[in-house]
Amino acid sequence: MPRRLLRDGEVVTDDWQYLSELEEAVDTTAISGLIIPFARWATERDRWASHPGRLGVVLLPADKVEQLAPDVARFALIAAEFPGPTDGRGYTQGRLLRERYRFTGELRAAGYVRRDQLFLLARCGFNSFQLDTNDLPGATSAFSTFSAEYQPSNDEGLPQALERR
Amino acid sequence: MYRYDAMDKRLVDERVAEFRDQTRRFLEGSLSDDEFKHLRLRNGLYIQTHAPMLRVAIPYGLLSSAQLRMLGSIARRYDRGYGHFTTRQNLQYNWPKLETVPDILAELATVEMHAIQTSGNCIRNTTSDHLAGVTPNELEDPRPWCEIIRQWSTFHPEFNYLPRKFKIAVTGAPQDRAASLVHDVGVHIVKNAEGVLGFEILAGGGLGRTPIIGQVVRDFLPREHLLSYLEAILRVYNLEGRRDNLTKARIKILVKSLGIAEFKRRVETEWELIRDGGLRVSDAEVERMRNHFNPPAYKTLADSDPAAGKDAAFRAWYRYNTAAHKVSGYRVVYISLKKADVAPGDATDAQMELIADLADRYSFGEIRVTHTQNLLLADVEQEKAFTLWQTLAAHGLATPNIGTLTDMICCPGLDFCSLANASSIDVARLINDRFDDYDYVYDLGELDVKMSGCMNACGHHHVGNIGILGVDKGGEAWYQITIGGAAGADASLGTVIGPSVRKADVPETISRLLAVYVEQRRDDERFLDTVRRLGVKPFKERVYAAPVAA
Repeated sequence: MPRRLLRDGEVVTDDWQYLSELEEAVDTTAISGLIIPFARWATERDRWASHPGRLGVVLLPADKVEQLAPDVARFALIAAEFPGPTDGRGYTQGRLLRERYRFTGELRAAGYVRRDQLFLLARCGFNSFQLDTNDLPGATSAFSTFSAEYQPSNDEGLPQALERR
Repeated sequence: MYRYDAMDKRLVDERVAEFRDQTRRFLEGSLSDDEFKHLRLRNGLYIQTHAPMLRVAIPYGLLSSAQLRMLGSIARRYDRGYGHFTTRQNLQYNWPKLETVPDILAELATVEMHAIQTSGNCIRNTTSDHLAGVTPNELEDPRPWCEIIRQWSTFHPEFNYLPRKFKIAVTGAPQDRAASLVHDVGVHIVKNAEGVLGFEILAGGGLGRTPIIGQVVRDFLPREHLLSYLEAILRVYNLEGRRDNLTKARIKILVKSLGIAEFKRRVETEWELIRDGGLRVSDAEVERMRNHFNPPAYKTLADSDPAAGKDAAFRAWYRYNTAAHKVSGYRVVYISLKKADVAPGDATDAQMELIADLADRYSFGEIRVTHTQNLLLADVEQEKAFTLWQTLAAHGLATPNIGTLTDMICCPGLDFCSLANASSIDVARLINDRFDDYDYVYDLGELDVKMSGCMNACGHHHVGNIGILGVDKGGEAWYQITIGGAAGADASLGTVIGPSVRKADVPETISRLLAVYVEQRRDDERFLDTVRRLGVKPFKERVYAAPVAA
């Protein structure tokens, strides 16, 4: 069954595939919308740099975002994998990608993603959420959990954000 | 004190709505125990030995009379008629029903209170000096800065799932009454050589299983950079802190393993990249916050000696339970929550309501919570101290023991906490029973006894002059004793004197330690100083020389 996810506030069918989900024999060069692990990018850069179609990369929490910095423009999608409810490194990865490395493509939260995290994830720059299926219906309401913020972040990076009042 | 504006109010109401929805989803079964756990832990709700425990934030320990009245009223209507003030200036309810917690939060919101981030691996309540704004030798009132940190850290999008909890304490005076050296981050207001006020930033302090004194990361930080610097520290910690082992996940372990120089290098590298971004604290913002903490309308009064000619009971109380105020004619009054037969830090609903009334009558309607689990009225006219004392005494709130042996810090222990190995409240009671002679207690002078029911060290035992730690020995609760710890500006960690002792032997053990002190002390030397001078040896020898008589 095709994967459904929340992207830019809409429930859509995922048009991306993870390398890890493919059979060994598949010709990856024919796939547009392919997400490879950061470790593969780091070790086989030349091979993937010439990938003809859309290319994405998925970061594990321990992966260093700064190592991706020179290449962010090469990717149409960057995903952060959340291994469970307690590992929050992906939030920092998201902010760095958006605010420091100016990544403008699809920033996806994958792994353990529940509606209760959406508000904070969106504030860290994520616009795509591979939500648990049970959480998909009505999940968009989570984006309006709070109507204001105390601190500047990706969505509020203007100087003097503290003094909006 | 800080009053909510429309935005603060809306945010707290929205948090209540969010938590109500999460609780509903849990109760109807669409959230598992584990999923709900991570959500309720962002809101101070633990599932404990007997019942849920709800921890309510008291930002930097400051309460209005309306807030304290509400805390009392909630204790009566939703709990068993009392609450427990903690070492981090919060209040805990030990018996709320899970399904009523959203209603409790809604009631708290009506008086500008909440339980946001009082548990979980996020930035906790920012604590401070309970004498902020009234102590004579303060450089600057730290509370505006506490509120600036509170707002920045509330619902911080990046730092809600840290490796471990994160506690910040801010002080503005040379004396450290906030235990800032054993916090994840300590912020000290300091003055540089040019006379400009800024901050000294410490990191990596903490108690628990591996007690460590915080180290200086930066000796002078211009004030406009406070938040960007904290953000840099948190960011380094979020990415680099250990997540493979819960007991090694606090920032103190990161600082220790990197070394302070390398930790600082990483923090400053990050800070250089964000220091001039949106987190700069402008003069206008500082001014806005300061205006929330303007001094009350003090009268012009002369200093007097209200104890002169009064009876001994009042004189003792005045000496031990009041402190100097920077404005002449005024005095700081401590309300001891360390009565012999009461769990340290507990107050009943009626006591809370009474204290709220007294605050209105005697102290501009404000109350403070100390990290030593007492309350205080900061702005009492000296001439009114006697009538205030009469009322306090009539309600069991004038135990004249602040700063003495029986003013013990104590965690809730096994009676309430699922983590504890041992009970602490009944040990406090044994100690109180043993040391009921005030002349002896006063003769001992300043003495800080702190007790924790387990390694998590909620009772700060490592930094007690005498520390008592509950340990589990084959299913039985024993108590390990340390001496020489201190929590102030000269903070140090206590040394274990030897094998742990049985519960019944704790008072005798303390008695022997004190006997060595009384014999060996020089002049006005405090217990702490005697221990520092002599080392542990003579104390240890005395304690273990003979078995405690059965």
